[in-house]
Amino acid sequence: MSDAATIDTAVVAVRSAQRIRRDHRALTAYGLVAPAFTLMLLMLLGPLASVIALSFTDYQLGAPAFSWIGLANYQEMFADRVFWISLRNTLTYVVIVVPGAVTLGLGIALLIESGASLRSLYRTIYFLPVMATLIAMAVVWEFMLHPQFGLVNGLLRGAGLPAFSWLQDRSTALCALCAIGIWQAVGFNMVLFLAGLVSIPKQLYEAAEIDGAASAWARFRLVTWPMLGPVTTFVIVISGIRSFQVFDTVHILTKGGPSKSSEVLIHTMYTEGFEFFRSGYGAALTVVFLVFVLLLTLIKARLADRGVQHA
Amino acid sequence: MARIELSAVRKSFDGTEILKGVDLRIEDGEFISLVGPSGCGKSTLLRVIAGLEPQSAGEVRIDGVAADAIRPSARNLAMVFQSYALYPHLSAFDNIAVPLRMRRLSAVERLPFVGALLPSRRRKERGIREDVAKVAEQLEIAHLLGRKPAQLSGGQRQRIAVGRAIVRQPVAFLFDEPLSNLDAKLRVHMRAELAQLHRRLNATFVYVTHDQAEAMTMSSRIAVMIGGELVQVGTPTDIYDNPRDIRVAEFVGSRKINILPGRIREDGRIEALGVALRFASAASAGPCRIGVRPERIELGSGPFSGHVVHAENMGSEAFLHLAVNGSDVRVVARIDDPRRLPSIATQVSFGFAMDAVRAFNADGKRIEVEFEHTERVRERAIV
Repeated sequence: MSDAATIDTAVVAVRSAQRIRRDHRALTAYGLVAPAFTLMLLMLLGPLASVIALSFTDYQLGAPAFSWIGLANYQEMFADRVFWISLRNTLTYVVIVVPGAVTLGLGIALLIESGASLRSLYRTIYFLPVMATLIAMAVVWEFMLHPQFGLVNGLLRGAGLPAFSWLQDRSTALCALCAIGIWQAVGFNMVLFLAGLVSIPKQLYEAAEIDGAASAWARFRLVTWPMLGPVTTFVIVISGIRSFQVFDTVHILTKGGPSKSSEVLIHTMYTEGFEFFRSGYGAALTVVFLVFVLLLTLIKARLADRGVQHA
Repeated sequence: MARIELSAVRKSFDGTEILKGVDLRIEDGEFISLVGPSGCGKSTLLRVIAGLEPQSAGEVRIDGVAADAIRPSARNLAMVFQSYALYPHLSAFDNIAVPLRMRRLSAVERLPFVGALLPSRRRKERGIREDVAKVAEQLEIAHLLGRKPAQLSGGQRQRIAVGRAIVRQPVAFLFDEPLSNLDAKLRVHMRAELAQLHRRLNATFVYVTHDQAEAMTMSSRIAVMIGGELVQVGTPTDIYDNPRDIRVAEFVGSRKINILPGRIREDGRIEALGVALRFASAASAGPCRIGVRPERIELGSGPFSGHVVHAENMGSEAFLHLAVNGSDVRVVARIDDPRRLPSIATQVSFGFAMDAVRAFNADGKRIEVEFEHTERVRERAIV
């Protein structure tokens, strides 16, 4: 009996020691997580929450007071023609720029990778637009697209084709911006694709060749495309998010004009928030923008789960 | 099934000559091993046969047809790579089905979505499924077909790679060190399986390896390659017993052959370690080397003596390392019964039978020795 009692006491002692150790370890864990968590709260979650909160107010930049107005900002936004034009233009921009920049980026990466000489030269040339300041480049584009003296119209005239007032015409302004958007994104996508291509084992191509994949297209379908799957997903999502954020070129070249034909979401947000000082309304626009970005991120997370498993 | 002929095949990379004129005739249904140390050019030779690497000069003929202008995909050879080179995004089933799909389906039928709707594709897919199932049954991998390569062990991937090779019944199989990524035990097991596979398929196998044991145990013929040249081609027994070059003698055999410094005297008699042997050679006088396999060293009597410096007991046999008295030469001798192992530092005398001797001249080329009187050898040499 006394033996059993001793064992019981021992068990209790061990259990309580274990509990103390467990509590202690949990405390250490919280302590270690705290700095990162605080920073995240301050830099990411806090601002996000304030933007959402702000979108339910009539706050104006610099105003001493504000009042809660519920969903009034959203009601106004959904009733506003400019918002819908702006949203449609942004989506059009994304739908044109993402496939364009991804396909061209992949194509150029494949060409560079298959060539033997001058690889680094081509890489640098195509990567230049990514490194250059977009504002400065936008000014260069403005000259290039100038109706009278621009290089583009000069070339068109030289080839006997009609010239356009690219940025001043309602039907071409958004297209011109899309072209610049593609030009700017191709280099970045190309570098990502190049990195992806380099990591494909050469023996897979040899195996494909021996297995009967005689044409370059067959080898691309059998090896390159599936092996690039994760990179492609990433490139599409990043291009999508960056296209949603288009602002610099619009602001410099068209200011959303002519007659709102190139108005995009972030530019509307900027005009409302910083030109008309309607911070509450601007915040509501930001929330809409964030919803789209969040959607893209969710799609990416979903696709990443079924990414290629490398042997 | 195919006969493969190589004539004067050369290959250089950036001015470095990897293959220095290789002539080889591989018979139909033969299991030939290309064996040699790392960097000897054996893998390059295999890749030239496959068409993955164009030769700089010379000719490759498959079944009498010059293959130089034929793409690898059209040569109808199968290859098993060292890394297996399985497509990581495809299941084991799809990996094995790839060569069949590439050959049987048209470009339109292979298209995603659209191709799957064609009735002809469905009919062909049924045939492909049956063929893959047959191969899977042969290799006992039917239960693995649904898995991706990442979910398979090394040995299982190996089998899938072999399955992919045999499924379309090519004219010949090329193996590029297929067992070197497996652990020792599995390697021995796979050796037996590959040899069985060869017997069952009765196809031409060209097998590249740096492991002489693999070559010895599986092949009908061995081609020893050193420094971009074929040094000797022959049956495993021939290569082991009758090396034409000292490099072949040293490379083949799981225990390295003992090499004793020697000399051919003016009268034609051969000396080893300063002891005159009762053998003579017609070769010109000068230094030579005497090779004797560990199992041919006879302990207990003989003109040489040394002391035991190390003993390796393998259980079924043992190896005795002897430091020869009066020189820095080490000799390894095999003992059949490990229970009779002498202890370290024991003095042992040893010798060897005449037919155990393989003599090589200063250039490493084999020279014939004869158990005869010097004078007669000299006479014959003059005639």
